[in-house]
Amino acid sequence: MSTLTASWHWLTDPAHWSGDDGIRSRLLQHLVLTVVCLAASCVIALPLALVLGHLGKGGALAVNISNAGRAVPTFAVLVLLLLTPVGRWGEGPTVVALVLFAVPPLLTNAYVGMREVDRGIVQAARGMGMTGRQMLLHVELPLALPLVMTGVRIAAVQLVATATIAALAGGGGLGRIITAGFNLASTPQVVAGAVLVAVFALIVEAVFAIAERLAPRWARGPG
Amino acid sequence: MTAPPHDCLARNDWICGAYLSTRRHILLDAVVQHLRLTALSVLIGLVVAVPLAVLARRWRWAAGPVLAVTTVLYTIPSLAMFSLLLPLYGLSATLVVAGLVLYSLTLLVRNILAGLRAVPEETRQAARGLGYGPVRLLLTVELPLALPAAMAGLRIATVSAVSLVTVGAIVGFGGLGNLIYAGMNTYFKAQVLTASVLCVLIAVAADVLLLGVQWLITPWTRAGRARAPTGRGRPRTRLLGAGAGRG
Repeated sequence: MSTLTASWHWLTDPAHWSGDDGIRSRLLQHLVLTVVCLAASCVIALPLALVLGHLGKGGALAVNISNAGRAVPTFAVLVLLLLTPVGRWGEGPTVVALVLFAVPPLLTNAYVGMREVDRGIVQAARGMGMTGRQMLLHVELPLALPLVMTGVRIAAVQLVATATIAALAGGGGLGRIITAGFNLASTPQVVAGAVLVAVFALIVEAVFAIAERLAPRWARGPG
Repeated sequence: MTAPPHDCLARNDWICGAYLSTRRHILLDAVVQHLRLTALSVLIGLVVAVPLAVLARRWRWAAGPVLAVTTVLYTIPSLAMFSLLLPLYGLSATLVVAGLVLYSLTLLVRNILAGLRAVPEETRQAARGLGYGPVRLLLTVELPLALPAAMAGLRIATVSAVSLVTVGAIVGFGGLGNLIYAGMNTYFKAQVLTASVLCVLIAVAADVLLLGVQWLITPWTRAGRARAPTGRGRPRTRLLGAGAGRG
């Protein structure tokens, strides 16, 4: 239990919150990193998944990319990128590795969501003379939205968690508090850093849950 | 400028035969450690997950808490998980295994539970009608029918564990991750690439192996493939297998 009290003291020490290595600046780095990577992955994955889902093609591709993505360790990708020319521009390797990591769940969930839309409804929309574009945007996308958002939520929580690994390769974010604690052999600092990241991930999960609760009826998942 | 050396180790090439031949033993040791950490954690995860899933199936009220706890465990980042367990286990291989067990629990419990829930009520009633008791029903009817879903979870858990072991490098027990970590600090390209490729190969090989095991132990799914699957748990299982898991 003494470790927990020591961690609590570490966390509540105002000296640890300010400065470039402080909790506040690490939190901000972590947040920026997560938001940038999530936005980039959404821009890459969602249009592709929605169009593939609308056309009903490339399903095997979407699912296989997702499974293959799980087999590739993010840490290995990060270090590989670090040793290539990409490694010379600051957070570049971290951003690329995290985007590669976040794309699969987004792609798969959005694709599956589009395919699970009731075919009868899609045919009714076609019968009403809707064009493919109208069907995609006004019929299929709204109905697929709960699953698409599940993908976004999973990607976001994963990003918060995985951004920690950037610290192993000298990147910024909350992971730095953990690795610095390891190097100082300071267990309280390590535990404090771990708690910060876990709480951050849970807050992101909660934000998505609340957003879903507040969303209009049609945008919510079943039940 | 001097001419580039003939030795690919001296040139620090990404692909280097000399690295493979001179560091064969280091690579082999790392692979063995990687396999042991992965296998241990998935096996322990399985031993814990099956009873949990069976309990959650039997008592409805238990399902909520069991799923909630395993899901929360899954949101904890791997680096943070290893560090949170640090006070308990110290810098040891046990620490890495304990962290990986907690991760595999989420995937395994969910998939086994989904498989158990997908067993059609008529099947259970038919077995009861034949005089099967609850234990015999569970062991000879329900668990075998839950196998495909459970195996899907097991495959995801194993593949995820193979890649997560690398993060164990932070405490010095990361299998191939140790080589990647060391190679990063010394800019040793051949070592980083070789270890990374080996990681992916292990993951793919484990996946194929489990697929083969599944093929062998569920002969009835091959005979009945032409029929469309029924039961409410089916789409959920597929979704979990496809994309909703966290790796």
